[in-house]
Amino acid sequence: MSAAPTDVAPGAARRGGWFVRITILVVVGLWIIPTLGVLVSSFRHEQLVANSGWWTALAHPFRAAEWTLGNYRDALSSGGFGNAFLNSMAVAIPSTVIPITIAAFAAYAFSWMEFRGRTVLFVLVVGLMVVPLQMALIPVLRLYTGGAKVFGIPVFPDLNLGGTFLGIWLAHTGFGLPLATYLLRNYIGSLPSSIIESAKMDGADHFTIFWRLVVPLSVPALAAFAIFQFLWVWNDLLVAYVFLGGVPQTRVLTVALNELVGSRGENWHLLTAAAFISMSLPLTVFFSLQRYFVRGLTAGSVKG
Amino acid sequence: MKTAIRPPARPPDATPGPEAGPAGGGRRPPWLRALGLVAIPAGAALLAWASLGLLRNTHANRVAIVGVAIAVGVVGVFFVFWAMDQAVDWLPARFREGVRPWVFVGPALVILSVFLVYPVIATIILSFKDAHHVHYVGLANYRFVFTDESMLRSIRNTLGWIVLVPLVAVTTGLAFATLADRLRHGEAVAKSLIFLPMAISMVGASVVWRFVYSFRPEGFGTNIGLLNGISMGLGHNPVSWMQLQPWNNLLLMVIMVWMQTGFAMVVLSAAIKAIPEEILEAARIDGASEFQVFRRITIPSILPSIVVVTTYMVINALKVFDIVFVMGSPEPSGTEVMAERMITWFFTRDDDGKGAAIAVVLFLAVVPMMVWNIRKFRTQEEIR
Repeated sequence: MSAAPTDVAPGAARRGGWFVRITILVVVGLWIIPTLGVLVSSFRHEQLVANSGWWTALAHPFRAAEWTLGNYRDALSSGGFGNAFLNSMAVAIPSTVIPITIAAFAAYAFSWMEFRGRTVLFVLVVGLMVVPLQMALIPVLRLYTGGAKVFGIPVFPDLNLGGTFLGIWLAHTGFGLPLATYLLRNYIGSLPSSIIESAKMDGADHFTIFWRLVVPLSVPALAAFAIFQFLWVWNDLLVAYVFLGGVPQTRVLTVALNELVGSRGENWHLLTAAAFISMSLPLTVFFSLQRYFVRGLTAGSVKG
Repeated sequence: MKTAIRPPARPPDATPGPEAGPAGGGRRPPWLRALGLVAIPAGAALLAWASLGLLRNTHANRVAIVGVAIAVGVVGVFFVFWAMDQAVDWLPARFREGVRPWVFVGPALVILSVFLVYPVIATIILSFKDAHHVHYVGLANYRFVFTDESMLRSIRNTLGWIVLVPLVAVTTGLAFATLADRLRHGEAVAKSLIFLPMAISMVGASVVWRFVYSFRPEGFGTNIGLLNGISMGLGHNPVSWMQLQPWNNLLLMVIMVWMQTGFAMVVLSAAIKAIPEEILEAARIDGASEFQVFRRITIPSILPSIVVVTTYMVINALKVFDIVFVMGSPEPSGTEVMAERMITWFFTRDDDGKGAAIAVVLFLAVVPMMVWNIRKFRTQEEIR
């Protein structure tokens, strides 16, 4: 690296020269070219997508006959991606709000309420963070479709939740809870105790303190985890595949996209548009709320 | 809320006052209290049941269902907590504050028991049974996991994933964060573009990379994959990348590195920026080269962040499933990984015993990390 130490001011010594700029440009280029290829392809005609590399289109970008919105129209209507988009919303929004609410209540109790076994229970929750999701799928699916009996006595009712939204919300809640509880406990537990105590002195009960005081103060942590969980649920294939399945009525975007890849592997033009439909919302969420997301991610791990 | 007049923090072991104490609910006669205790949860349950009925009705208008579903899910959960808290207010005063914490943590504990604790136990039991959980088969399923040719390949591949993906992603992320830190302009834009794949699903990413790795044999049309486009442009024959053992494994790992580098970069970049500028300047004035500053100051300062990011990525790589599954036919092309094998045995081959055994092996692999996690938490608590 070219760090000329003598005649430059100390602050400027670490400013990069051409080497840094070119390296960054090359890496960024490498990173976006794959996505760019799909973006370009999604606006090309079916025949062109299937028979020539997407980069050839860049040779004459202003030839109007090359471009079309038809792929998006086809994917949304006949491809069923409009419906799948709705289903993804119906899965992702409650699957984000429910675990956060439950975790926030639990985190408050773990931080500011006295009860027996508080530490042991919290350590257990932290330990559950690493249980592989895959392990839970089959037992939970069997609970959903048959309930559970111990010596013939039903201990978990047969709710017939397989293939329902409630079923997948609860599953995502269960899988997201340990991390949510852990992060929110760290945040809520670090709020100054004087605030909580003085609210108690003023006669506020726990529910009021939680709802009027702790929740508004915890918005940064709640927002960061909300974005994280939303992206996770929206992008999840496995849980949706297992609990909602591939029925066109209830399938979500990732499942629909996966089926398009599997069944019509050569339908490249639909695939590109469908992929971008599935990316549209997370990318919007990501770019508009990036600041919270980054702040939340780093708050949890950088403290170290 | 009506329970504003409550005595301030009563010591928990105080002798319970007479029934008509000063507490908020105390004025209510016992019969009303008993009624409320039953009626509030019952009403909540009934309401939940009614909305469930609508959600099960698959013939109603989709948009309406989705709207109701979102509303029920979002409002419902808060309503449940509120109703339970109200119900506690109807309890006799001496029980109230003892029960209330369980209202707050109870739902989390119940859900965790049903969705994580119970499944772990059930899967372990299942792993000792045959395909349709009728008979116990002893260790046969585990013998299968460690002898079957395809399983052994999946274990080897998974080891490759958990070593190479975190290694490459963290190194690239760190290098990029360090370099981008020196840019005069455009640091935010450059970082956003690297971070962008984080927001894409693995299925979406697989579609993106199909356009890179695609291959068509001669006579089946033009090759539209970027990699073959380049290879042919250089005068070579097109290559069937996804069949190219063992390199196809590396090509699949590239996809995950592409997705996760941004995460490493963002976290490490924040850690680098948190290093006090004076320390760096002091080292430079003492004549340290940029590389020495990086090695002797930057790396040790951000080591905790590197450990956290690497752990996160190892766990993610251990669970990798979507990429391999969507890119197609893992078994003939030798790209099996353990999580993918598990799903294949559970669902495609319908052998729950073998699937469960693979899941248990995966679980055992993360137990050390679980212990480490708890230890770390404990020491953190002691510091607080």
